[in-house]
Amino acid sequence: MRNAALLGLGSHRPAHREDNVAIAARLDSSDTWIRERSGIVTRGVAGADETVVDMAVSAGGKALADAGVDPADVGLVMVATCTLTHAVPGAAARVAACLGLRSAGALDLGAACAGFTYGLSFAADAVRCGTADTVLVIGSERFSDILDPTDRSTAFLFGDGAGAGVVGVSDVDGLSKPVWCCDGEQADILRTVGSPPLLHMEGQAVYRWATTTLPGLARAACERAGVNVADLAALVPHQANLRITESLVRALKLPDHVVVARDVVDSGNTSAASIPLALDRLRETGEVHQGDLVLLLGFGAGLTAAGQVVRCP
Amino acid sequence: MTTATYPDLLTGITEIVDEICGSATAEKVTAEATFDTELQIDSLTMVEIVVACEERFGVRIPDEALEQLKTVGDAVQFIANAGIAA
Repeated sequence: MRNAALLGLGSHRPAHREDNVAIAARLDSSDTWIRERSGIVTRGVAGADETVVDMAVSAGGKALADAGVDPADVGLVMVATCTLTHAVPGAAARVAACLGLRSAGALDLGAACAGFTYGLSFAADAVRCGTADTVLVIGSERFSDILDPTDRSTAFLFGDGAGAGVVGVSDVDGLSKPVWCCDGEQADILRTVGSPPLLHMEGQAVYRWATTTLPGLARAACERAGVNVADLAALVPHQANLRITESLVRALKLPDHVVVARDVVDSGNTSAASIPLALDRLRETGEVHQGDLVLLLGFGAGLTAAGQVVRCP
Repeated sequence: MTTATYPDLLTGITEIVDEICGSATAEKVTAEATFDTELQIDSLTMVEIVVACEERFGVRIPDEALEQLKTVGDAVQFIANAGIAA
């Protein structure tokens, strides 16, 4: 069987950034409260020319360029998203058309904030088995379409953006088998409500699930990858809320040398886009380098979670 | 279930607050102290404290109960009652 690895990453961050002040005014809250509650200072807000498909195309194109892959050689494209405003058609085939992925199959992947990590695992399987030589996995979200600006549980938390990864054949295996779990008993704590559907979240319940589930998932992912937590160069959890990240860091007793992704501070919670955006940001700042071991942990609405250890492209 | 006494529970919760929030907050813990106003413990930190109490005292404190726990004494009483009922 062949080896698979991440060959490249790409990001699309919306041009317009919104800070906490305007949002806080609509919520009768404050910049201080939002920062203490979530760590978020700004988030991206997509413009009219930044649909889920537009942002996916932008991030996907950059990832292909980063990986040095010809679009015509992509065998499969997966778009993970939960913010398309219509069920039909999905985003992936349109993304393939825009990027010139002439040989690709296409599908959308619905696992909310765990979409990218689930997608990476299927991409790795496809490459290892020979189903595809190169797979493009994209997380793209436009939360501004499904947020109620007066909802104190969500309005300040979510942002727009897209991140992409290219998975392909490599000499050394660079993507561990994933660990995953779900809890459908708590499906209702993070859902859209009404028509048009708007996102609603029971913050304490989601926080409890995340903080009690992630430490075990993180350790299991490392064990499955055959590494110790101390071997990691970086921890990149889904950027849901800085408080969740900090709780995970404490629970793992993460050594100081392990870099922790905190892109949520600038980007807000971008669901399926958050992990590739955060990892790409760590590369840009030089905090991680090619070949570094990175633990990715996606978790969110469903409830569902998936994580794996990857080598940074 | 827990068979801990009221003073044991108060001491235990104080230790949990110390671990999660630090000694400055733990020093203010009394049975009458309110979590949000006097101890400045917000709703997310409250979840961490509750989870730690569940593990330490072997009780279940569901999310629906959280809003009733205004003071440390409320939490102590809830855990004591949960222990008896278990």
